[in-house]
Amino acid sequence: MIRFIIRRLLGAAVVVWIVSVVTFAIFQLAPTLTHQSPVYYYIAKQPPPQGSAQFKELEHAFGFDRPLFQQYWNWLSNIFHPHTISNGTGETTTCHVPCLGYSFKLHTPVSTLIWQALPVSLSLAVGASILWLFGGLLVGTISGLRPGSLFDRVGMIVTLTAVSVPIFFTGPILLLLFVYTWGWLPNVTYAPLTEDPLQWLKSMILPWIALAGAFAALYARLTRATMMETMSEDYIRTARAKGLPRRTVVVKHGLRASLTPIVTIFAIDLGTLIGAMVITETVFNLKGLGWLSIQAIRTKDLPVILGVTIVAAIALVVANVIADVLYAVVDPRVRLS
Amino acid sequence: MSDPSEVTLGTAAIEFVPESPSESKAYLSVRDLRVHFPTEDGLVKAVDGISFDVDRGSILGIVGESGSGKSVTSQAILGLLAGYRSRTEITGEIWFNGKNLVTASEPEMRALRGAEIAMIFQDPLSSMHPFYRVGAQISEAYLVHNKVSRREARKVTVEMLDRVGIPNPASRYDDYPHQFSGGMRQRAMIAMALVCGPKLLIADEPTTALDVTVQAQILELIKDLTKEFESAVILITHDLGVVAETCDTVLVMYGGQCVEMGNVDEIFYHPEMPYAWGLLGSMPRMDRTRQARLQPIAGQPPSLIRVPKGCVFNPRCRFVDRVPGDRCRTEHPELVETTKGHGVRCHIPTVERRQIFTNEILPSL
Repeated sequence: MIRFIIRRLLGAAVVVWIVSVVTFAIFQLAPTLTHQSPVYYYIAKQPPPQGSAQFKELEHAFGFDRPLFQQYWNWLSNIFHPHTISNGTGETTTCHVPCLGYSFKLHTPVSTLIWQALPVSLSLAVGASILWLFGGLLVGTISGLRPGSLFDRVGMIVTLTAVSVPIFFTGPILLLLFVYTWGWLPNVTYAPLTEDPLQWLKSMILPWIALAGAFAALYARLTRATMMETMSEDYIRTARAKGLPRRTVVVKHGLRASLTPIVTIFAIDLGTLIGAMVITETVFNLKGLGWLSIQAIRTKDLPVILGVTIVAAIALVVANVIADVLYAVVDPRVRLS
Repeated sequence: MSDPSEVTLGTAAIEFVPESPSESKAYLSVRDLRVHFPTEDGLVKAVDGISFDVDRGSILGIVGESGSGKSVTSQAILGLLAGYRSRTEITGEIWFNGKNLVTASEPEMRALRGAEIAMIFQDPLSSMHPFYRVGAQISEAYLVHNKVSRREARKVTVEMLDRVGIPNPASRYDDYPHQFSGGMRQRAMIAMALVCGPKLLIADEPTTALDVTVQAQILELIKDLTKEFESAVILITHDLGVVAETCDTVLVMYGGQCVEMGNVDEIFYHPEMPYAWGLLGSMPRMDRTRQARLQPIAGQPPSLIRVPKGCVFNPRCRFVDRVPGDRCRTEHPELVETTKGHGVRCHIPTVERRQIFTNEILPSL
């Protein structure tokens, strides 16, 4: 099992590296395609005229005059040792490790921005995942045990509706009902879990519901289908023949076997989740990574976009490693092959 | 029915049903068991009036083609049919140790299942949960019926694994089913069935998935353990060779009905029902010359939704014309006792049947 995890981590490291190369290349090359120097996106103000000595100096300071692979190496090595960054107009700052660059637009190091946004996004992602997995598995299991029953029919209609409605519709509707009409919840103002758990819960509950609703339906349907299949397996008959109570048969033997496809789909869905989080954070005005990247794209703040993308990629890869390990925990046959 | 031939045999054409369950000393008494499944296409009569007895320490073989109702009978005894989303209709009586299992409640059945009545399934790979260790699956069966610690259950399981002939049982306990070979898996399956010392063991085609050498070992094992535990055993199979080697009595099923039953020698040396003749004729035998080809029974097993009128076997029977008045196609034959304990469901008069067997069937077997 340990060897399995190590193998997966090594694979993940390679993926992160490839992602960093591709991301770096895209964001470094994109401005040149429009015959603009990347300098413009880094210094957050009108650069000196192209070709002037001042401009060349700036280009040199950021390293844009060097070959691309060397720029990449600089960017990568700069992450791991502190150095000074200047925008050539007097503003100079020291970038601490891990240094993902400095946003002259927000006058903040990129790592600080990400560090502030990460807890918000993690709260949203983890909470919503738990909610949709729990809800989806519960509805799916009950439906799968009694297909065609009233619960099954109603459940499938509700989940189909939930998956069909986009988050930018459900989000405002939830806000309108629970916050503005009935006033059951305060306006969404994020508070860290460590400081004010109750306010954290109150602010996250609606975003969780909106985000989870978009995913839960798929899981309910998938669980229903696999559960129906699993319950007609020979080993379920064996479990019943042993005289096990029904709950043990369903949960320990049936649900456990149905988990494999769920874990697979979950790992794939994490990518979709990042996209959905951007929308959710924007709708609920949660200052997470999605919101941060939208802001950065609007203001053409290249270091921030680059940093957020890399962090999101790492998060996705790590989550996939966890899913892989979970997969091996669920199905012992994966471990040994 | 005043057929003189039957009278001379001293067993008039009375319906052949074992004595009523209250008088019967048998451990398991099944009486007129019917299992019907309502489907969109119609009512499937999977089992349609089966009666038999099994004593402790004896082995009953149920033989028949696929779809003849063998497995459904066994699952009805275990109460596995009245389960999730099923609208199965079960009627008749299954008397086990003084209790009628047909009317028993689910908690009552659950207490019996695994503890008093256990089952060995056909395909040990698909019948064991792929995600749990073999030992854990066996001790789970023990823990459900015995209030003991996990360590105690493990000890019992390891002993049981050893008893069924698995080498290094203590370390094999922690293996997963896919790490076992086919024969070892079936042994583990037997260990799982026997871990609580059941008094009734149902083996549903226990050797079908195994190669021949392992088959013999497994059958030997079942026989030995049956003696040791004094269990009553129902062995379901389509392999007549297995029946000949293991069983004391045989019940031949066709189209959900019992068409012939008796002790094993009677069925093998004096079979009376044309279907049983067909089964024997289609059985490969080492003592036959290569030139003698196997004789398959022509036609297909009957649809259990539209069961043939008259005798269930009539569309495939070569001897329909021997019975006057087209009775095979119009009148359902009763199960008639021809000699003590040997019941046959056939319209051909007993004497004539025996002549046909001696003159026409036996030479070609």
